[in-house]
Amino acid sequence: MQFIKDRFNYLFNSTKGLILVAIAMIAVVAAVWGTLSGPMAEMGVSKVVIKLLGMDIVQAEREGRIVILYHSIAMAVIAIETYMITGLFKMKAMYKTFINGLITFGYILAMIFGLLFAYFGHSWIFHGLYIFGLSLIFMAGILLVIAIWPWNKEYYQPDKDYARSKSGVDIERVAVWATAVTTLISSLFGAIPGSYFGNGFTVFLAENTIRYPGKSVLQYSVIGHLHIMLALIAIMLTLIIGRWLNFKGILHKIAMPLMILGTIVLNLGVWGVVTPLQPTAHTIIYVGATPAMFAALLLLIWSWNKLIKDGTAHLKKPNFFQKLAALVRDPLKFGPTWQMLFMNFTTSFLGIFMAIRLDEIFRVWPAREERIELTGHWHALSAIIATIILLYYGDMIGLKGKVRQLYGWSILIFSDIALASVTVFEMKRLFITEAEQQPLVNFLMYAMDIGLGALLVILGALMVWRLTDLFKKNGRWTEEANHDISQEVNE
Amino acid sequence: MKRIIPTLFLLTFLLVSCAPVDLNAPLPTVVTDVDPDSWAQIPAGEFYFGQFDEVVTTDAYEIMITNVTTAQYAAFLNNALADGYVKVEDNKVVGYYPGDEFHGYKHEERIDAGDWMFLPLDDPSQRIKFDGTTFTAQAGYENHPMTSVTWFGGWGYCEYYDYRMPTEMEWEKAARGDDNRPFPWGDEIGHGNANYYASRDPFEDMSSYGSRTSPVGFYNGKTYDGFETIDSPSPYGLYDMAGNVWQWTGDVYEKMHYRFMRGGSKDTYEMDLRVWVRNNATPTYFSPGVGFRCVSDN
Repeated sequence: MQFIKDRFNYLFNSTKGLILVAIAMIAVVAAVWGTLSGPMAEMGVSKVVIKLLGMDIVQAEREGRIVILYHSIAMAVIAIETYMITGLFKMKAMYKTFINGLITFGYILAMIFGLLFAYFGHSWIFHGLYIFGLSLIFMAGILLVIAIWPWNKEYYQPDKDYARSKSGVDIERVAVWATAVTTLISSLFGAIPGSYFGNGFTVFLAENTIRYPGKSVLQYSVIGHLHIMLALIAIMLTLIIGRWLNFKGILHKIAMPLMILGTIVLNLGVWGVVTPLQPTAHTIIYVGATPAMFAALLLLIWSWNKLIKDGTAHLKKPNFFQKLAALVRDPLKFGPTWQMLFMNFTTSFLGIFMAIRLDEIFRVWPAREERIELTGHWHALSAIIATIILLYYGDMIGLKGKVRQLYGWSILIFSDIALASVTVFEMKRLFITEAEQQPLVNFLMYAMDIGLGALLVILGALMVWRLTDLFKKNGRWTEEANHDISQEVNE
Repeated sequence: MKRIIPTLFLLTFLLVSCAPVDLNAPLPTVVTDVDPDSWAQIPAGEFYFGQFDEVVTTDAYEIMITNVTTAQYAAFLNNALADGYVKVEDNKVVGYYPGDEFHGYKHEERIDAGDWMFLPLDDPSQRIKFDGTTFTAQAGYENHPMTSVTWFGGWGYCEYYDYRMPTEMEWEKAARGDDNRPFPWGDEIGHGNANYYASRDPFEDMSSYGSRTSPVGFYNGKTYDGFETIDSPSPYGLYDMAGNVWQWTGDVYEKMHYRFMRGGSKDTYEMDLRVWVRNNATPTYFSPGVGFRCVSDN
């Protein structure tokens, strides 16, 4: 009994244990549900999985199923970010316990019963539990906003190396708070139309509404919701990575106000899509995205500079190659910001290019081609977020030496191969015709599959290792059980 | 040496990937015995429209059992050229279209009255050949659906014979009948039902040219050189209402210049073959995966 109690305490009562559980849940969902589409479906694997698991696949409900599937995964990602925030930022222990408890119970309920409802018949009890799970996550969000209230004097920033107001308010904490508040508000933009379209199975995927003039307010609300939630998850992760790396100094002082400004303006733009301001909403979104992305760039500059300085401290006058070697010597520290930079090539620049040349290029193509671009764009951003989390997690669990190098570089190289291939795949119509594309498509699909497959293998290996570790009396989990991530912030 | 082998492997793979595709690779000759000149009568009345089964009503109409074939289109072009209905300019067949009302809506483009391209003649995947006087269907493709034809090209064909292209509602009713099935033949889809991406039909080779069209009415229950098809007509007896080629529909909507296509194609996954799935493009768009069929009010 004590055996189970100890493990349960670690898994559900420590930051690292909670993160491990959420990653494992996502890994299982990705492994099973990943077989239902793409190459696995082409090979017939999906049919075997559907039969084996007894899934009830109704053709007309595909869109609803997908909405629940990605919400299930997204809720676990939100939970991971929340654990990281409650682990990294000072707050009362009572709040931390309540927030982590609520969000854990919430995402597990939402994931299990959401997927049961979507893929295994329509028990309304399951649907109720799915909605209840989502509500608990929202409640945890409200508590988080209260817990990290930046104007509480206990949380003032005494160190002048960090962004702070004249009175000492921690500006980084304000940025986290603003992101959390806007996340809560933005979730309503999905919840309200969700309750309308979900009632009676009239759910749609936003990418299927492109090009239709005269969208309804609720349709705009869904489109705004999905864009902003992914953006907010990315912004919060940037703040988390900044805290883990101990971002400070002049660039921190510039970046944090920019992040707050960017987050608020970005949200105002997205919320504006359901108001008469809709025609100018995109402009407001661009205005908001610019300072937020610039703040992330400042983090990148600071962290790369620090990696180089730390890595060449023993040299009097390091040359370019020595600096480069110092920069890339630790893939887990270099990787997160590299992925942020890479994201610009695979998503941000692409999105801007699409927006600028929409009518001249993309809207000359059939809607289906544009849809491929949009879905590829969101998948790439989500995958980048996932890899950044995995890189941080690798450091969190104390990977060292060759294993650290292998784990970090494998994630970086394989994910970037897959993401680069996705990007070329999305844009292929710029340089190849439909009739002539197949060999290129085959090559890109192999590259994507090898990249993503390798990532899943790495994730699988990691999970197997963590599972076997749990059976050891003095496994790594015993260290992690009482060791919070705030103690590991870089010095 | 250990480093050279994977590099060589990768380079070989890249070179193979970039190899040109033979767009005229031999294809199996198949006679389906489905007559592309036959029509089906669709009665007036209600049916379930769209993914969410909205009950709507249509008048009675007739619709072609199959997509317009390459041979039918070549015959039309010869007659239309002789009549001055179409002309050949800059390697394109063009014809007059009376234009659409323009509302100046965001992203909307003008479709003015004038000559518009029906089909390009210099596109490598064009299956209609022109020798300066006569149009012919490329050998082997005579009974395949006419493709690489713009919306104007579909509209022009139907107008010439005093037909028209189906509205989206008419198209869907003809595909679905009076129940709420997702596919023209029923609830499930398999390789024997339709030509879709990686459906392993005898016309595709995913290692080189990928998917190609199949002859109209191919999925009629016959076995062709070992490939077993399932008879997959719609409730009204129409073939290829899912897969093979997207089909232009005739609706011209306010505030947009896009034209809508239905049915999915040889290049799409099964999900796009569901009867309610819509695709759209500018009316000048053409592709080896897009064709059309006509309806008649007579």
